[in-house]
Amino acid sequence: MFDNVWLIPLFPLIGFLINGFFGKKIKNEAVIGGIGTLMIFMSFIVSCGILLQMIGLPPEQRVFEKVLFPWIHSGNFKADMAFLVDPLSAVMIMVVTGVGSLIHLYSIGYMHGEEGFYRFFAYLNLFCMSMLLLVLGNNMLVMFIGWEGVGLCSYLLIGYYFHKKSAGDAAKKAFVMNRVGDFGFLIGLFTLYWWFGSNHNIWTINFTEIKAASHLLPYGGVVTVATLCFFVGATGKSAQIPLFTWLPDAMEGPTPVSALIHAATMVTAGVYMIGRMSFVFIKSPETMMVIAVVGAATAIFAATIGTAQNDIKRVLAYSTVSQLGFMFLAMGVGAFTAGIFHLMTHAFFKACLFLGSGSVIHSMHHALHKIHSHDDAQDMRNMGGLRSAMPITFITFLVSTIAISGIPGFSGFFSKDEILWQAFANPYHGGLNIVLWGVGALAACFTAFYMFRLVFMTFFGECRINAKAKSYLHESPLVITIPLMVLGFLAAVGGYIGLPKLIGDMFGGIPNYFEHWLEPVFALANQYSAQYAHHGAHPSHAFEWSLMGLSVVIALIGIGIAFTMYVQNKDLPGKFTATFPALHRAVYNKWYIDELYDFIFVNPCKAFGQFLWKGFDVIVVDGVVNGVANVVMGFSGIFRYIQSGYIYNYAFSMALGVVAILGYYIFK
Amino acid sequence: MENLNGYLVVSAILFAIGTIGVLTRKNAIVIFMCIELMLNAVNLTFVAFSRHLGHFDGQIFVLFIMTVAAAEAAVGLALMIAFYKNKESISVDDVNMMKW
Repeated sequence: MFDNVWLIPLFPLIGFLINGFFGKKIKNEAVIGGIGTLMIFMSFIVSCGILLQMIGLPPEQRVFEKVLFPWIHSGNFKADMAFLVDPLSAVMIMVVTGVGSLIHLYSIGYMHGEEGFYRFFAYLNLFCMSMLLLVLGNNMLVMFIGWEGVGLCSYLLIGYYFHKKSAGDAAKKAFVMNRVGDFGFLIGLFTLYWWFGSNHNIWTINFTEIKAASHLLPYGGVVTVATLCFFVGATGKSAQIPLFTWLPDAMEGPTPVSALIHAATMVTAGVYMIGRMSFVFIKSPETMMVIAVVGAATAIFAATIGTAQNDIKRVLAYSTVSQLGFMFLAMGVGAFTAGIFHLMTHAFFKACLFLGSGSVIHSMHHALHKIHSHDDAQDMRNMGGLRSAMPITFITFLVSTIAISGIPGFSGFFSKDEILWQAFANPYHGGLNIVLWGVGALAACFTAFYMFRLVFMTFFGECRINAKAKSYLHESPLVITIPLMVLGFLAAVGGYIGLPKLIGDMFGGIPNYFEHWLEPVFALANQYSAQYAHHGAHPSHAFEWSLMGLSVVIALIGIGIAFTMYVQNKDLPGKFTATFPALHRAVYNKWYIDELYDFIFVNPCKAFGQFLWKGFDVIVVDGVVNGVANVVMGFSGIFRYIQSGYIYNYAFSMALGVVAILGYYIFK
Repeated sequence: MENLNGYLVVSAILFAIGTIGVLTRKNAIVIFMCIELMLNAVNLTFVAFSRHLGHFDGQIFVLFIMTVAAAEAAVGLALMIAFYKNKESISVDDVNMMKW
């Protein structure tokens, strides 16, 4: 089965080619959607086969490389189109193809009747192919193709409603910010390649070869430079401070896109990349600290913004940024397994939340359309009481909300609590640990608050739209609710494959399957980290229990506040806003980060562009071109009078010439 | 031949008259006749040198030149007729299209 790994990206590519080139002629939505969904589902089946085969092997044999064809061989440089199958990429392909299949299926219902239906599915397939290349590539260049490919598809899909200016702007913003990150990725790649080549004559960009040679890397120094550059790439792709502002704007795209690209898969590419090169990142304590701090800061920062947004998708977008911050926090404290684990559980519950919000928007849009209202179908202030109209959507949404809030028993609890515990107990960052934990816990509290605020505003209380429109609200069709139910189920139980040791021991020693699964991938990184880790007194089990209890209490506090403010005492939010108008305005306007970036980067760039246009291009470039032409015209304006057109003038100059030549020969 | 110089002087004067005529006159037929004058000035030089050097080469050249001049007269007059049909004039002032 391992040998067939190349089929995984191939199927979506075929789907893209069919829908991209012939979709317009096919027209039939069922056929187009069917092809798109079938292709990614076939990839899912192949992925399952690979996973099953891998489970059957002993851990040390779970690595396989498949060279499809030699790609670039030039001097020392060698890059093959080759795939790497190991436990980490197995997890990733399962998430991408599994969640991807469900979202494709959902899209058939959600995108029904949209203009450019075939275009949507073609892009979606192309995205899946790129993402699979990214996670399967065995060298940095194949990864980079995927890295760029997902960026391109993200651009195409955010700008799907290209007739809307806001969508076009959001697409460009996402693309440009990603380019900034990609630049960092490339510099990091070059640095690593150059260092290995010039110091040890190992010219390679192959992950396996770098891993084998990673013991040569120094601690800090050049590794810090390279990894920080890679991390810049990760911040761009995974929407971390400072390159996060594109993700909330990316909500201009259709909701399935938000679920697939901007929640479950593409934005986790940065986390995956750090996991893939954990043995390089771990060699730089400085980079690890930067990653942890940026992750924690993003987690709390985005969470605060999420508390004041009214657009249902924007709340989820900031939530995604915040949860990605948690993943980076995990990576930064050396808890790679926990980071990847949260990546997976987050893919389940956040995809479910986005698809659920899509189902709500779909229904709202339909109802508002029926009464010819132009109210915003995404504004939570227009919703409320949808619980009875949309029971399946409500239940799956609630389950995922509980999961993301970190209530014990649901997937988000296991992964988030593991991250918080590792942030507290990791042996790398000394006194910073308590801060990282505190910030993470506070962000978790905000998470619980804004997610339940969303649920209460959307599904509870009185329906705030027109009573006539209310009668048109209805549950979405099966093609939409089936993916919701599957993802909701996974969001509930997906965490049990990664039970913390503490809880596992309580139930008769159930092992942490997920950690064991990824152990071979991260073993080397853990070995390197021993160099500078300073283990203090190991915290007792009682202490771990109490921290776990504390994080649950924190989540419950967040839910409690949301309940008080949005169910019990509905005047409270208004009063709060009236009491702290400046604070509310700042949070509502996203701390004015967009304005700040406009001021620091965008406007100077625009001004510089204006200068180049009006100053340099018009005056210098055009000046030179027109100047040359003017000089030539001036001279020819004078000399043209020689050409009188009268024969005798020409004859005279001819005679004069003859005389002159003869005179020269005679008198010389 | 002691008076070669005399022939050459006459020839030079004829040639100069022809040249000045070509440059100054406006009537195409007069210009044409001036060209004939220049050709014949050359012929005179040829004949004078032929006699002076005792060779016949120069005289053979003169015959050729007279043949070419006759042909040229035919073509030239044809051109003038064609031109007259267009412009109702044979003044070279009306032939001024050879400019920018």
